[in-house]
Amino acid sequence: MPLANATLARLREIVGAENVLTSPEDLIAYSFDGTAAMQQLPGAVVFATTTEQVAQILKHANRTKTPVVTRGSGTGLSGGSLPIPGCIVLCTVKMNRILELDRANLTILVEPGVTTLAVSDAATAAGLFYPPDPGSMKISTIGGNVAENSGGLRGLKYGITRNYVMGLEVVLPDGEILWTGNKCVKDVAGYSLRDLFIGSEGTLGVITKVLLRLIPKPAAKKTMVATFAQMDAAAQCVSDIIAAQIIPCTLEFLDRTTIRCVEDFAKVGLPLDCEALLMMETDGHPAAVAEEAAKMEECARKNGAMEVRVAKDEAEANKLATARRSAFSALARLAPTTILEDATVPRSELAKMIRFVAAVAKKYNLRVGTFGHMGDGNLHPTFLTDERNKEEMHRVEEAFKEIFDEAIRLGGTITGEHGIGMAKKSFLPKFAGDAQMRVMRELRRALDPNGILNPGKMFDR
Amino acid sequence: MSAGHSHLKDLDYSVVQQCMHCGLCLPTCPTYDATKLERHSPRGRIALMRAIADDRLTITKTFGEEMYFCLGCLACQTACPAGVNYAELFEHARAEIEEKKILANPKRNLIRGFTVSWLFMDLRRLELLGKALRLYQQLGLQALIRRSGVLRLLPKRLQELEAMTPSVCDKFSAELIAPITSAGDTKKYRVAMLTGCAQDLTFSDVNRDTVEVLAQNGCEVFTPAEQSCCGSLHAHNGEWTLAQQLARRNIDQFPPEQFDAIITNAGGCGSHLKHYAKLLVDDPAYLKRAELWDARVNDIHEWLVQITIRNPEAGIRNQVVTYHESCHLTHGQKVVSQPRELLKAIPGLLLVELPEANWCCGSAGIYNLTQPEMAGQLLDRKIAHIKSTGATTVATANPGCLLQLINGAAKAGLKLRVVHPMTLLAEAYHAEDRDRHST
Ligand SMILES: Cc1cc2nc3c(=O)[nH]c(=O)nc-3n(C[C@H](O)[C@H](O)[C@H](O)COP(=O)(O)OP(=O)(O)OC[C@H]3O[C@@H](n4cnc5c(N)ncnc54)[C@H](O)[C@@H]3O)c2cc1C
Ligand code: SF4
Ligand code: SF4
Repeated sequence: MPLANATLARLREIVGAENVLTSPEDLIAYSFDGTAAMQQLPGAVVFATTTEQVAQILKHANRTKTPVVTRGSGTGLSGGSLPIPGCIVLCTVKMNRILELDRANLTILVEPGVTTLAVSDAATAAGLFYPPDPGSMKISTIGGNVAENSGGLRGLKYGITRNYVMGLEVVLPDGEILWTGNKCVKDVAGYSLRDLFIGSEGTLGVITKVLLRLIPKPAAKKTMVATFAQMDAAAQCVSDIIAAQIIPCTLEFLDRTTIRCVEDFAKVGLPLDCEALLMMETDGHPAAVAEEAAKMEECARKNGAMEVRVAKDEAEANKLATARRSAFSALARLAPTTILEDATVPRSELAKMIRFVAAVAKKYNLRVGTFGHMGDGNLHPTFLTDERNKEEMHRVEEAFKEIFDEAIRLGGTITGEHGIGMAKKSFLPKFAGDAQMRVMRELRRALDPNGILNPGKMFDR
Repeated sequence: MSAGHSHLKDLDYSVVQQCMHCGLCLPTCPTYDATKLERHSPRGRIALMRAIADDRLTITKTFGEEMYFCLGCLACQTACPAGVNYAELFEHARAEIEEKKILANPKRNLIRGFTVSWLFMDLRRLELLGKALRLYQQLGLQALIRRSGVLRLLPKRLQELEAMTPSVCDKFSAELIAPITSAGDTKKYRVAMLTGCAQDLTFSDVNRDTVEVLAQNGCEVFTPAEQSCCGSLHAHNGEWTLAQQLARRNIDQFPPEQFDAIITNAGGCGSHLKHYAKLLVDDPAYLKRAELWDARVNDIHEWLVQITIRNPEAGIRNQVVTYHESCHLTHGQKVVSQPRELLKAIPGLLLVELPEANWCCGSAGIYNLTQPEMAGQLLDRKIAHIKSTGATTVATANPGCLLQLINGAAKAGLKLRVVHPMTLLAEAYHAEDRDRHST
């Protein structure tokens, strides 16, 4: 569905003709995000380079009731930046400047199209640390991270994106520009609107600046890999580590299928003869690191670990982390379509959830590879399928329903970090309940009365 | 080929479907990095190919141009955890573009007809052209014409091209290398040496150096005077049938069962030479031998590390060298550590790492001729990095890269020696003789 000529003309006026794309070849390239089996052509793709341009685009869209889908790098896994028919895709990747690194207050101010890696690198260069590190960090944008409230490999100890956002500049659907938050460690003036926009999946406003908190770089870290003959043993090892009151920075898990795929790609020498692998990392004061590492190794051995390998240097540790980050994509080696899930449960219920996923996969006769942030209770069972096989895709859906129900029953959530978007929209009402749904609807209507921002995502109005 | 035939549609759908659009390849793609447009990214290009396979898009001129804006550097293939075979997709896409003649126009047809279909199909023609060019340069005509200002009358693009005409070597490989080079009493292997076309035309001395290094390491080298092009130029430019013809010719000339290894020293050629079986998959008469051929083809660095070279005893005095990775050696063949290992084996040579060593220099086959602007940007970026290392010599193992860097250094007024690692290694072995004579 093409856009009205007047709208296209206005968009060209605002951002310049070279920043408005309408050819079929361009539209096809923006007709999907990282989510499997979903595609839709937009009406046009527009690149803004300033907040002012974003404001003008939204003003026009609001007046003409043209839907706008904000997009960073399109790595989202719930269809958040998937276009809707006749929409403007507003792409932020050209807003990619780092505006300020404040060493006195330990903050960094960036535009939304800056990649997570660029933020992390800038922090490192200043001797500081930006912990959130989603698997997609080398290309995902900070805007996308904030809009999805992304997690990463270090969530257990350092938290998720939300814990680092100090302030946001947001353009509201009517084009008004709003600042929320500041460089103060404490601020209780009014509602925390900042927190409302974090995780809003492009439905409440377009984030145009992000002020992030940085922390001192830990003086030391130790990374190790432990392998187990049984999944349960790995899960028990994680429970034991937490029970020993150690909060490692990373406790990542890979099952046999995932290990093979990752090794096939990354060639880092992962052992292939085990059922489960834990990648563990502790960081902080050197003495504490040494002590914790020793205790973690002990927990692994007590649970019958087949092998515990400690990375000999930073380079090897980085290689292992990079390999782990490729897990989801690497699973695609095995099947044309990989659909991953994001159900999360309290840590104490993790072993139960793992067994449940295995049983469901068996019941529906599906191939599954599982990996994830075990320390966070956040696993990604990934079904290996083929979107052209309608019958199997149906079984995948049925399996997911059961998994979500079980997650909720165990006191968990239907998504730990990937968001609702299109993929989990139908499950949200049941999970959130009537009262929450009503408040969310009213909030959204208040901010976006014409329903132009990412309509149809998360929930219908 | 039949009218209904479509390369992209006939391709096994799993190859087209392999990309799960995670975007992890985007930051490694030079054309995406420069433009930030999905269409110029691997993920976007694959989406377009899939749209064609799915009948959601026809082969349009824009699609054709897109596939020629892609460098074919294969950085995306290295970055892709999902194992997407971009090289295969890319070659089929270009083949389809050529068959549908979507980009055809008289000028392009003439140039392609001349180079891809005529010149590079029979290397005697290339040699003849090379001789004419050599004469042009040796007689001082080039200098004269450059000074005369006549060139200023040419369009800017052509002026730049003229400046890039490679200096043709004084002698071709056949004039430098005997058909059989003996390894003396140390003979352990029998290998064949592929002299390549661009390599032979402009860097025949690299071929001579390669053969010398091989002979120094127990290899008897078979280097027939008349050879064929490997066909990579043809495959990368959509001339499938011609590429197949050349593959058969090479297999006939170098029966793989007769050699321990078939050696190539040009990254771009090697990357293609190792995949004849894919090219000839529908040819039962050749397929088996093509498979053996693929197994026998070795990049020179890969081969030398595999057979463990004799480390030169003498060397090069205090040279700071940096190494630029040829895309098709690194991404196409995954030969990454070996050239560095060999360079480090040379006494007196200090190897400093080049930032973004595996980032394309913009040469990319004939890309610098077809997309001078993008190629120029990439070259500037590369030269700036080389400068930052403080190296006086840059080593690289592909004739296209050698030429590109020579031109880049000249343009930047940078005093820089641009060499193939084999030349440095050969020099080190020569230095042994020198030292022996002087003691
Ligand atoms: C291989 C792989 C690994 C991943 N690993 C992780 C992981 O470990 N943890 C994790 O949490 N996620 C992970 N993800 C999911 C994804 O990368 C994150 O959700 C990421 O934050 C998305 O960033 P993006 O720039 O690609 O955003 P997009 O996909 O383009 O957009 C995501 C959502 O944010 C909205 N949005 C984007 N920019 C803005 C803005 N400026 N203002 C308002 N709304 C905006 C969009 O409308 C959309 O709803 C992974 C994805 C892949 C493909
Ligand atoms: S080519 Fe590979 S890395 Fe790039 S988007 Fe596709 S699957 Fe991901
Ligand atoms: S081959 Fe190179 S230029 Fe082409 S898509 Fe891949 S990385 Fe980009």
